[in-house]
Amino acid sequence: MDYRMLLIKYAEIGTKGKNRYVFEDILCKRMRARLRPFGKFEVRREYGRIFVEAFSEYDFDDVIHVLKQIFGIVGICPVYVVEQPTYENITAGLVQYVEKEYEDKHFTFKMHVRRNDKNFPISSMDMNARLGGELLDRYSEEGLSVDVHEPQELINVEIRNRAYIYSKVIPGPGGLPVGTNGKAISLLSGGIDSPVATYMIAKRGVEMEAVYFHAPPYTSERAKDKVKELGRIVAQYAGPIMLHIIPFTDCQLAIYDNCPHDQLTIIMKRFMFRMAQDLAEKNDCQCIVTGESIGQVSSQTTFSLGVINEVAKIPVFRPCIGMDKQEIIDLSEKIGTYETSVLPYEDCCTTFVAKHPVTKPTLEMIEKSEQKLKGIMEPLYEKAIADEEIVVLR
Amino acid sequence: MEIYFDNAATTRIYPEAAEIMMKVLQEDYGNPSSLHKKGITAEHYIKEASETIAKTMKADSSEIFFTSGGTEANNLALIGTAMAHKRQGMHIISSAIEHASVKNTLDFLAQQGFEVTYIGTDEHGKVRAEDFSEAVREDTILVSCMYVNNEIGSIQPVQEIAKLVKKKNPKIVMHVDAIQAYGKIPVYPEKIGADLVSISAHKIHGPKGMGALYVRKKTLIKPILYGGGQQRKLRSGTENVPGIAGFGAAVRKTFEDQEEKIKHISEIKDYLIENLTAFPDVYSNSQDAPHIASISFTGIRSEVMLHALEEAGIYVSSGSACSSNKKEVSSVLTAINLPEERLESTLRLSFGEDNTMEEAEYTVNVVSELLPKLRKYIRK
Repeated sequence: MDYRMLLIKYAEIGTKGKNRYVFEDILCKRMRARLRPFGKFEVRREYGRIFVEAFSEYDFDDVIHVLKQIFGIVGICPVYVVEQPTYENITAGLVQYVEKEYEDKHFTFKMHVRRNDKNFPISSMDMNARLGGELLDRYSEEGLSVDVHEPQELINVEIRNRAYIYSKVIPGPGGLPVGTNGKAISLLSGGIDSPVATYMIAKRGVEMEAVYFHAPPYTSERAKDKVKELGRIVAQYAGPIMLHIIPFTDCQLAIYDNCPHDQLTIIMKRFMFRMAQDLAEKNDCQCIVTGESIGQVSSQTTFSLGVINEVAKIPVFRPCIGMDKQEIIDLSEKIGTYETSVLPYEDCCTTFVAKHPVTKPTLEMIEKSEQKLKGIMEPLYEKAIADEEIVVLR
Repeated sequence: MEIYFDNAATTRIYPEAAEIMMKVLQEDYGNPSSLHKKGITAEHYIKEASETIAKTMKADSSEIFFTSGGTEANNLALIGTAMAHKRQGMHIISSAIEHASVKNTLDFLAQQGFEVTYIGTDEHGKVRAEDFSEAVREDTILVSCMYVNNEIGSIQPVQEIAKLVKKKNPKIVMHVDAIQAYGKIPVYPEKIGADLVSISAHKIHGPKGMGALYVRKKTLIKPILYGGGQQRKLRSGTENVPGIAGFGAAVRKTFEDQEEKIKHISEIKDYLIENLTAFPDVYSNSQDAPHIASISFTGIRSEVMLHALEEAGIYVSSGSACSSNKKEVSSVLTAINLPEERLESTLRLSFGEDNTMEEAEYTVNVVSELLPKLRKYIRK
């Protein structure tokens, strides 16, 4: 069945008071931008709801796929439109809708008619009864019955200058429209966790940038491509992501040359955080996002996390912090990043992972080691930032 | 500067091959099965290419069957023979160092109930012909052995193997994967005693997606693709005429002044092996084939060295290119019992006629600078 219209359901936006219009505007804008390649659509607000109306042929599955990636959308209802809403036309439309949408008529239902056009001669209550009766006349032998308390299907009919019939809800991703909650910079590594973390923060309406630390020849060009690919997948949900690629080799070698090897990862991550924070300031990001999860590796013990976090002046959000690996994997599979994440292109950077890294570092001990980098690190740090490569992923 | 030392992975196409392919794609695009003039023109390209290839193998053009590449040629040889001979027996013998397109096909056949015996190698990555002969049983139907190993370049005694196994059981079908050998060393199936020989176009400056299987007359083999019955019913599917024409052109060019070219290539190889192994703790793993050097830079992980060379414009492989995006350690390097630190630090440099001695000298210089720098940073 061809649906000319879709009704978009959203939840949290509705509760945001005066900001509601801002939120709805952003959501509509995102939808318009994403739908553009698929045909001619009008996205409009009408009586506190958002409708998508198609003015050209379109591929229903493609459009639903795209809408399911837009944060803020809770549900998508395909709407059957009756152009001239007379009682006869509405009945015919309703029958046709039920005929096509429900192959198996063995279910309970309730009619829910709303009359926005008060000139319509029959009251909502009467319409409920009469339309329900029309359906029962036709399908009760096939098992259709009414249940006004707990119906399996709620069949909506809205009568305006046209009549809209809908009942099915296709679940959306939930969350808030991206662009309604500031901006964050995410540390993307190419592993499983960081794309998931990026997705989770974007889901709360936060615009995302990302930073990747590239260390040739210890990490390959393919590893960089992989990070870009992951960013592109997340950008399908989060909108365009500006990726900062920082050439990090010289900083890494300086740390290796001057600091105890069992502390390499901690010190390296502290410099990564410092750089991320500098980038955040320059690019109006209010926070840093990482894929860290307690206990996953030695640099993610509470001790290590604390020592690393100490360099950050702005909040660091770690949405995966309490998740098990399998839970993170499940989510990455849902998002579509898993297959790319597990491509094994980053093995060479293990050079800088000590065989027995510290698991209980103290701030004192790390700061003492970092003292040895004084005068050596600053120019390398500045150069790394100055030589950043920027790619916009979309 | 761009130095391509990865010619065993693939090669740059000869302009002559690319040109003829463009012509076939745009002008002589007919289907060789068509009865009209366009079809006949297309058919001529196939005839010409198969004659060219047959000549280089001292074979008859009716013994050449075109495939979608080396992988398909190996699949057709192994599965096709197994299917045609399974009533006579279900035992197959092969080496432990075959390319994945042989190894994984044999694994598939093993799942179908065939029994496969693998022959190990010595520390130079060479099998012994006697081991093959000893493994022959009454129900052995097929023996498959590569000619030149793709990772370290060791040359296998295929002629000796064919002779010994056929002496024990003349009905055995002998398959030789000559994909790395063809164009580098003489591949004469008659002389070798091979019934089936696989070759590939893109290893000799021909197009990718193009290979061939030599099938000696009267060898019993079943198709693995069914369809329109093209290529004497053995390989259905409209022939890849542009690919075949490009293959033919590449073969023609490859065998022009071949001796000189091979001499040039092996000089580069010998120079590099000699000068690189002069550095401390750098080892060569084999030097059989004229175009492949396998070198271990102990203490430096092969990917790190690979990317460091890449930064200097030098392209090489770690192990074998087809498997370098898998984490598994190379089976050949394991088979020749390399110690762990050499396993992890082995690069394959493979050469082609476009390479120059200057490139080799430059590479030695680059390596001499890289070694101390990279060895400083090892995992502790």
